[in-house]
Amino acid sequence: MPSLGADMESGTLVEWTVSPGDRVHRGDLVAAVETEKSVIDVECFEDGVVERLLVPVGTTVPVGAPLALITPDGTGGPSPEAVPPETPAAATPAPPPPEVAHAPPTPAAPSPRATPLVRRLAERLGLDLAAVPGSGPGGAVTRADVRAAVAPPRPLPSPPSPSPARLRITPYARRLAVERGASPQCLTPGGDGVIRARDIPPAPEPTPAAAPPPESPPESPPEPPPATAPTGATAGAGASERMRAAIAARMTRSMREIPHYHVDAVLEIGAVLERLREVNRRAPVPDRMVPAVLLLHAAARAARQVPELNGHWVDGAFVPATSVALGVVVSLRGGGLLVPTIPAADELPLPELMASLRGVAGRARSGRLRSSDTAPASITVTDLGETGAHSVHGLIFPPEVALVGFGAVVRRPWADGDLLGTRPTVVATLTGDHRATDGIVGGRFLHVIDTVLHDPEEWP
Amino acid sequence: MSLRRQTYREALREALAEALRSDDRVFLMGEDVGRYGGCFAVSLGLLEEFGPDRVRDTPLSESAFVGAGIGAALGGLRPIVEIMTVNFSLLALDQILNNAATLSHMSGGQLAVPLVIRMTTGAGRQLAAQHSHSLEGWYAHIPGLRVVAPATVADARGMLAPALASPDPVLLFEHAGLYASEGETNGAAVGLDGAVVRRPGTDVSLVTYGGMLPTTAAAAERLDTEGISAEVVDLRSLRPLDADTVLGSVRRTHRLVVVDEGWRSGSLSAEVAARVAEQAFYDLDAPPERVCSAEAPVPYAAHLERAARPAVEDVVAAAHRTTG
Amino acid sequence: MTTAPETTPDPLPDAEELPEDARVGPLRAMARIRRFEERCVELYSAERIRGFMHLCIGEEAVAVGLMGALADEDAVVSTYREHGHALARGLPMTSVLAEMFGRVTGCSRGRGGSMHLFDAGRRFYGGNAIVGGGLPVAVGLALADAMRGRSAVTACLFGDGAVAEGEFHECLNLAALWHLPVIFCCENNRYAMGTALEREHAQTDLALRAAAYGMPAWPVDGMDVEAVALAAERAAAIVRAGAGPCFLELRTYRFRAHSMYDSDRYRERAEVTRWKERDPVDLLRERLVAEGRLDDERWTRLVAQVDEEIEDAVLAAEAAPIEPVEDLERFVYSEPS
Repeated sequence: MPSLGADMESGTLVEWTVSPGDRVHRGDLVAAVETEKSVIDVECFEDGVVERLLVPVGTTVPVGAPLALITPDGTGGPSPEAVPPETPAAATPAPPPPEVAHAPPTPAAPSPRATPLVRRLAERLGLDLAAVPGSGPGGAVTRADVRAAVAPPRPLPSPPSPSPARLRITPYARRLAVERGASPQCLTPGGDGVIRARDIPPAPEPTPAAAPPPESPPESPPEPPPATAPTGATAGAGASERMRAAIAARMTRSMREIPHYHVDAVLEIGAVLERLREVNRRAPVPDRMVPAVLLLHAAARAARQVPELNGHWVDGAFVPATSVALGVVVSLRGGGLLVPTIPAADELPLPELMASLRGVAGRARSGRLRSSDTAPASITVTDLGETGAHSVHGLIFPPEVALVGFGAVVRRPWADGDLLGTRPTVVATLTGDHRATDGIVGGRFLHVIDTVLHDPEEWP
Repeated sequence: MSLRRQTYREALREALAEALRSDDRVFLMGEDVGRYGGCFAVSLGLLEEFGPDRVRDTPLSESAFVGAGIGAALGGLRPIVEIMTVNFSLLALDQILNNAATLSHMSGGQLAVPLVIRMTTGAGRQLAAQHSHSLEGWYAHIPGLRVVAPATVADARGMLAPALASPDPVLLFEHAGLYASEGETNGAAVGLDGAVVRRPGTDVSLVTYGGMLPTTAAAAERLDTEGISAEVVDLRSLRPLDADTVLGSVRRTHRLVVVDEGWRSGSLSAEVAARVAEQAFYDLDAPPERVCSAEAPVPYAAHLERAARPAVEDVVAAAHRTTG
Repeated sequence: MTTAPETTPDPLPDAEELPEDARVGPLRAMARIRRFEERCVELYSAERIRGFMHLCIGEEAVAVGLMGALADEDAVVSTYREHGHALARGLPMTSVLAEMFGRVTGCSRGRGGSMHLFDAGRRFYGGNAIVGGGLPVAVGLALADAMRGRSAVTACLFGDGAVAEGEFHECLNLAALWHLPVIFCCENNRYAMGTALEREHAQTDLALRAAAYGMPAWPVDGMDVEAVALAAERAAAIVRAGAGPCFLELRTYRFRAHSMYDSDRYRERAEVTRWKERDPVDLLRERLVAEGRLDDERWTRLVAQVDEEIEDAVLAAEAAPIEPVEDLERFVYSEPS
């Protein structure tokens, strides 16, 4: 059955203009078929002799089904006795089911009732139509029957769990409630019965200068920065619990949503520490720098050079940040932590970076963060060196996509060429969001940190 | 160039003259663009400066001269075709959709159609239902076209040059109500795909474009007196749509009102609202609101026409609904 | 048709060594189109080619006669019945067939199919499947050539159906008004899909209607490739000289149905048979045989060569890669070059 149009699925043979034994030539019209549109002549593309007509007049067959057998010399085909010449089952290319083979050769008889479309579907799926129970008119096999016959049994839908009356709460308010640790069920809606952002109690503000209002500042990324969720440390037990709850919510979300990967590297930092000591010797005491600032500096530079890790995961896609806003994890003495931000950290000379670090850490610990300290970070650094921990494999602060960790500066055995000695080293880790990047990017990031730390031009 | 004050019409004319002067591949054609000076007097004086070869009066045959613009663009020229109003552009829709928007893709990237089509859109002058519609949203539906709607004098002055530089067909919609408006421009080019925050605010985002910008800005003023800080976003480009700017605004204000002179059903306003619902759902503190033209052909009678179009009070009321 | 051979032709005792007679070229070109399209029918029936497919079998003289009169610098705007136009213009058969197979090696990367063959390098501007939709583009191409002072002409092909469209009249008027170098080539095969000329036009003398726009317009025997070539050369000369557009009504006939999905029941079989007596391929072949420029053996060899090219194209198209789905949205907008 030739395809005679883009939407033709099957055709009904309405006339044979040749008979077995006739000689035909390429281009001859040999039959007529009726489509949904009209009756169209069927053309022959071979030269030869008609051996057998496979489809009786009045039969509908799918496109692609053989209509007749033409042999080059009229003798090549299987003997006519092999298959009764006008068995309707022969119209379909699939081997006839056994019961059909025994049936009398009348067009109307035994094959299951099914439209050409269904037959074709069954053929494609390798399904024996005779074995499919039909649910259509007169027991006809429908498309749904065919699909059901091949589909794996579907699990029953679980019964609906009894749920309380649906809360009318805006999407934003729901999000805020989670972030502030408030249970939406305990909130009081406004006059229209809808819980909006304003109905979510603000996180307490322990000191006047502490956190900015919960609404994000202009130009904020999609989510409030982590620094705004927990608040100052001096607010007493209630505040501390709330901070714990906020950290819990944020980190749970991180763990739930972000597929983390970790890479680490041991960095040798002897030369740069030596240089730092020299600089510090000449500097007045208040201006002296701590080694941590070198690591922050290197991390900020790396964030600039590996922009795939500097930005946010928003609505299923990575949005790169336009500058490096370096989040710095500051552990509070009373427990908990804050993550103030150093904006454009990659552009600051070391002394200024040191001043910024000193500033934000002090303000965080005193609970007096400025609003500029709470700008959203594009990447965050956590340095647990003070604790003596060798390395830190942390969780990313969503919606950021990377966290840089540094352990303590430790003298380790170090081979320089063939010479073995000890050198000051630090383990740097990079935790990445696997949705945004792969481990190789994290590895590249650590390599850049290493390079920066070994580049005298980068030193103070 | 220093900052100068001029009308929207003058800004368009100056941009056309500059384009004709700076590139001999550029020419202007359309109905009555030459001797008459343009139906809205935008091209007044250009025939005298550039001659009839480059400022071409065409017969009233939109399909032929828009298609000729396509062919001329394929042949290496940079045509600017003026269609008197968007309603008339329907006579050339075959050429705009089936050829201009399609040839690059359908030819596997072999052909580019660097054509600019300018046309007037919008109601407000009692011209009734065959001269007043806002169909730019239809065109924004079509991949392959760039659709821009300058709403200010600076945009009117600055969008033509980038449009001519684009290798793709650009449709430039001029709202008839803006031609006499005044503003400042330094003549600088304005990019074709960026929305802009016309007025910052914190409580609700009013997203609009083209002829509805003045109405929306006035609504923002009024809201301000009530203590509601409205941010006004001018889309400028209807295709591609600068969703980031809109989403950024909604993420700050958590409320959205779209103001669009087109009809509501299946409109550009629907597209903006859908994008926000898809991509900023968890930032929404109220259902998005839309302020659109009445779902009727624009009528002649002044009071009916006024009622058909979005008005300042409609925008204010929509903003109130979002702020609860 | 008045071209006469300059000399008495020699018999062809040893055809292998002789260069092909110049007048056999068009015969070969027509046979190539004919055999190609016949093969396409087969490929379509076997679902190798899908979509709409319109054949020009019977109309090959128009394609070959017209394209032979054009120079490389000239432009062509065609219709959805354009396999013949494309092949005669020089698009490689491999790229045309690959296009119909939907392959990335097709002349439109598989985005156009049978109806939208493009080749910017050969100034072949499609395959336009909106009846009349190509005319404005042709006018614009000619406008660009005229404004840049180039001597190129644009040949714009369309059918008798297009003459009923508004765009036809808009474009003839505009081209005549601006004296643009367009040859309007109306391939009048007497049917707009299934509607006969007499049933769609109040005035069926199409050249007469074009002449009303003040341009030279005349009917041509579209079954005689040499007559078409002569008319096209004359029209090109007029247009190239800057005299404005010309209109050729190329009277021809399609032997097959409008498209593959067409029962062809709107015309009498006897009418088709009558027109087949003037088959353009047979007409030229018999003329050349009568003049001693061709014999059966050379004809057989010619057809065999053509068939070999076709089979190679089929194999190449079968083997050709498809465009990656990731590239679906490429070229919606231009890519920076």
